[in-house]
Amino acid sequence: MNAKAEFHVASAAQALRLPAHSVAGEAGTSFKHEHLAAIFADGKPKGFFEVHAENYMGAGGPPHRALEAIRRDNPVSLHGVCMSIGGPQPLDRAHLARFKALVDRYEPALVSEHLAWSTHETTFFNDLLPLPYTQATLDRVCDHIDEVQEVIGRPILLENPSTYVTFRHSTMGETAFIRAIARRTGCGLLLDVNNVFVSATNHGFSALDYLADFPLAGVGEIHLAGHAAQADDEGELLLIDSHDGPVADAVWTLFEIVIGRRGPVPTLIEWDSNIPEWPVLKAEAAAAKAILDRHARRLAGDESHAA
Amino acid sequence: MQPDPLPSSYAAAFSPGLIDPGRGTPDIVAGPNGKAAVKRYNVYRNNVTVSLIDALAAIYPAVQRITGVDFFRAMARFHVRETPPVSPLLFEYGRDFPAFIETYEHARTMPWLADTARIERAWLDAYHAADAEPLGASTLAVVPPDRFAHVTFTPHPATRIVRSPFAAMTIFAANRGDGPIDTIDAGTPEDALITRPAHEVTVHRLPPGGAAFLGALTSGRPLGEAAAAAMEEAPGFDLGAGIADMLAAGVFTALDLEEMT
Repeated sequence: MNAKAEFHVASAAQALRLPAHSVAGEAGTSFKHEHLAAIFADGKPKGFFEVHAENYMGAGGPPHRALEAIRRDNPVSLHGVCMSIGGPQPLDRAHLARFKALVDRYEPALVSEHLAWSTHETTFFNDLLPLPYTQATLDRVCDHIDEVQEVIGRPILLENPSTYVTFRHSTMGETAFIRAIARRTGCGLLLDVNNVFVSATNHGFSALDYLADFPLAGVGEIHLAGHAAQADDEGELLLIDSHDGPVADAVWTLFEIVIGRRGPVPTLIEWDSNIPEWPVLKAEAAAAKAILDRHARRLAGDESHAA
Repeated sequence: MQPDPLPSSYAAAFSPGLIDPGRGTPDIVAGPNGKAAVKRYNVYRNNVTVSLIDALAAIYPAVQRITGVDFFRAMARFHVRETPPVSPLLFEYGRDFPAFIETYEHARTMPWLADTARIERAWLDAYHAADAEPLGASTLAVVPPDRFAHVTFTPHPATRIVRSPFAAMTIFAANRGDGPIDTIDAGTPEDALITRPAHEVTVHRLPPGGAAFLGALTSGRPLGEAAAAAMEEAPGFDLGAGIADMLAAGVFTALDLEEMT
């Protein structure tokens, strides 16, 4: 299939519905309803909030009230978890239509999905499952991303996975696979630095080599999260992408390296279970924001020196 | 380098073991440098099963409080393996769980548990139902008294009725929070009305005849027939109170006068 799809510009009527909030250089957090009161009590926090799209695919009710409330004053990132882009079967058209309806309704600053699959035949497994990296799967994934982008009328950011197994018949590395997807579909990338660290540990490669090979210029968002430790069959360390704790020091270090090369990009603290009180989450986002700001000042300084 | 197999084969090979612990690790996966992948694949098995049990626990918190966490998770594990979700929307999952509870051997001493679950399932449906303005009390005032019996109503998308031969409504209400629970006579039949009149879901116990009355109205039958159905079931049914309660609870969004000409 041909390269970059053409994207329709949203109509003026749509564009006027909600204020546009810039997400450039901001840090954000996963949006949890139990934090809503604390977030509002905090005044108007800078930064952005990311939601899992599927939680807002009901027809109405309190979830939409909460998302409307947070969207009025803040940029929102719409993060799809269940599109099954990496699966061999055709995308679920009804699910894609629901996803488009959310994009139209909430005009998110960022829209993303995963390089993974979660549905096979009619069963939904509720997990981000891995795929082999071959020419055949590359073609299929690109077709799926083309379809998503054509339906929603804008490019998505595709997130690199965390994985625990490899496929014996893979013929490409993950970074080459992702680079080819971005080139063919015009999609942007969501670089999950924790996923890089988790996969590098689990598969015995260097996270720095991965990042050196990753097309950083296409990165439109970064994810940071906590992970948990288990052991594999040989008793060696196996990291689990658990999103249930603070960001690890090693992941902060990798993040700093990425921002140093790429410059500031919107960065999200993902925390999906054992969810802490709002101030804890806010403090993690503030730590990311401090790094983003430091590099923004450095770049501004470089420019003023050049001028 | 091996040739590309059919692009569909990886998902077909990877999927069955995710919810069937009797299956081995698919031979298409490995650890790095040919390391074994049993525990590695088990991470996916665990993610799938645990996250789906968690989903049921989130939908059925009162059932979990009643049974205790270990009992609930064992029961839910059977159901997840027997009936995994067919929609990526997890708030749609678990519709068959009340019926499963009814047949679950270890839950037979709790015959009211399935209906308690049905109220929880209805609660979540009401929570996610489409937004609509409930019918205002004054709207009914425009109906001429001699036409009252012919009025029909449009149910609010959130409206649900759960009838039970047990005290499922009281058991539900007592176990949704974490407060202390008084002794409940589980043998008292109860009918529950679940609505969302404003932003929050509400659950009310209906008086005798109330479920027959609202059941007839929500299925589109006119007020006169609904009142007759209620009185047949409960001769003392108070029609005026029934109408006032249904308006206050936001059961309907519109009334239809079309047949009044």
